[in-house]
Amino acid sequence: MSNIMNAWKAAKIKRSVRQIRGEKIFRASLVLISLSILVIVVAFLFTLVIQSLPSIKALGFGFLYGKTWDPVHNIYGTYPFLLGTLLTSFLALIISIPFSFATAIFLGEYYPRGWFSDFLKNAIELIAAVPSVIYGFWGLFVLVPIVRSLELKIGVTPYGIGIFASSLILTIMIIPYAASLGREMVRMVPSSLKEAAYALGATRYEVIKNVILPYSRSGLLAGVLLSLGRALGETMAVTMVIGNTSVIPDSIFAPGNTMASVIANEFTEAASSLYLSALIEIGLVLFLVTVIINMVGKRIIKKFTSE
Amino acid sequence: MKIKSKIKRIFLAVSAIAVLGSITTGCGSGSSNQSASTDSTATSGSADKTLLGAGSTFVYPLFSKQFSEYNKLTGLQINYQAIGSGGGILQLTNKTVDFGDSDAPLTEEQAQKMGVPVLHIPMCSGAVVISYNLPEVKDTLKLTPDVIANIYLGKITKWNDPKITAINPGVKIPATPILVAHRSDGSGTTNIFTDYLSKVNPEWSTKVGKGTSVNWPTGLGGKGNPGVSGLIKQTPGGIGYVELAYAIQNNLSYAKVQNKSGNYIVPNIASTSAAGNVTLPADSKIFLGNTDAADGYPISGFTWALIYQEQAYNKRSQDKAQDLLKMLWWEIHDGQKYCQDLDYAPLSPAAVTIAENILKSATYNGKAILQ
Repeated sequence: MSNIMNAWKAAKIKRSVRQIRGEKIFRASLVLISLSILVIVVAFLFTLVIQSLPSIKALGFGFLYGKTWDPVHNIYGTYPFLLGTLLTSFLALIISIPFSFATAIFLGEYYPRGWFSDFLKNAIELIAAVPSVIYGFWGLFVLVPIVRSLELKIGVTPYGIGIFASSLILTIMIIPYAASLGREMVRMVPSSLKEAAYALGATRYEVIKNVILPYSRSGLLAGVLLSLGRALGETMAVTMVIGNTSVIPDSIFAPGNTMASVIANEFTEAASSLYLSALIEIGLVLFLVTVIINMVGKRIIKKFTSE
Repeated sequence: MKIKSKIKRIFLAVSAIAVLGSITTGCGSGSSNQSASTDSTATSGSADKTLLGAGSTFVYPLFSKQFSEYNKLTGLQINYQAIGSGGGILQLTNKTVDFGDSDAPLTEEQAQKMGVPVLHIPMCSGAVVISYNLPEVKDTLKLTPDVIANIYLGKITKWNDPKITAINPGVKIPATPILVAHRSDGSGTTNIFTDYLSKVNPEWSTKVGKGTSVNWPTGLGGKGNPGVSGLIKQTPGGIGYVELAYAIQNNLSYAKVQNKSGNYIVPNIASTSAAGNVTLPADSKIFLGNTDAADGYPISGFTWALIYQEQAYNKRSQDKAQDLLKMLWWEIHDGQKYCQDLDYAPLSPAAVTIAENILKSATYNGKAILQ
């Protein structure tokens, strides 16, 4: 009898040793994989820095505020593109916020279930799945003529393409990010809170304003930040409708250019090494701009939620 | 506290690894490429019949037709990557391809990086046409070099400008504002067009210059030929430059342009070929823009295959060099008959002779490959 007991005990110990080892291996592989992502990001940054060293040496800080981009005479200033990137992204963000918040509240609070809600939710997620070059084509052939006729009515130069058209395209492309995340956040508001507010005689609008929005604020803002990141880096769709002129836009209807689209446009045919290096430095600047905006955004979210 | 310091240590280690990694890939790019290329040539040795090429997108449709025909004839596989002229030159510099193709001769800097002599073999020529959108005008407009340059300098801004009406007597031209369109992506087409403008207009030459991308004084940029023609089609009063082949295939209307001899020339395959029928330099490195040929269309240019003059590098076999040279020889002779159908301009007799001489100058260990 005791023999059997001993064998059973030995087997149990063996099993748990194996289990512990398995756990360790699992944990180690998780750490390794997450670290590899960190390695990639840091290596990425360093590659950008090293490759753009010739341009940094030759141009210095003038690269950031220079207003001329002239590959023929080796004059490189990225200011118009920096401005174009920030203008299109923030304009798109401002236009998109009412739409994405409204969708989030509508799907999270008013119609959380049912076929219509599912349909709408899938449609919004589909927007995010459409390849950006298709947005570009659609923008060029459908949106741009509409913008042009609008420009004719308000009496500005009717280019059609430009900062405004790009912002509209970006708006459509980034809505799903803020809307989906926002919807989840709105749904996660505990019903006990909402019911308590109703019990106190609050109307639905008051519940949204005083309970749901404050509770889900950090999630909504995180969604906005996510969509801003998407807008900053978007290349293809913007390239096709922004007009690609390297002058400083004098209004939101003027044509312009963004950092991402300059890289996409000129990288393949960049003949001189300084030119190539300057294009990579644009990539570095874009990288840093994204990092800075993300950090500032996180700060803002933290401040809002701790209040 | 302990955990924090541990995290800190891990982070430091990670960044150290990352720095090391990027330094070795970044700084040692030359040497690492070298070893990669030796590997590739070693594996694709003399036994298998494959040639690698990379470069111009402009010539890609012609090359794929020619290479598939040549494959039927000889069984030689030719793999051509249309990654752009600049990319092709870079790949040839790194010796990862057997030949490159560029719409412009090597610049001094590029030639210096190659280190050894590179042969330019003209493959065919292409023209750049001035397309416009004036629905009211039924006749084909005539344009002079001066007018084109001033439109692109932003000095002529209305279609009924006296400079345009004077050269188009009898044509009623509306007062539509001109919308200038140009390529936004770096391209050989832009290079040919800006080279032409630099030749015919001193102000353009000093202010803007020539290149695959330039600092445009005015106008909107569209991506690729479709982007530019899209801008033109959508805007009444639009003007832009596109490849001849693209314009023919998409039924765009385009202008006759006055050449050096004073003739107004309709851009087509014959007039583009004619532009190359002039006395060419022995190395064929010439921009054809503003040609001397009386019946030649003035805005055109060659595309060149690029190979090293000395073919014995990276342990390449003599067979491989022979295959490459024979293939190029075929392209400038029998291969030319595929140009017409694809709207490329075949080489002029003068250009073929030059190309033959250039191919004959290629060597393997100092000995001529083609007899």
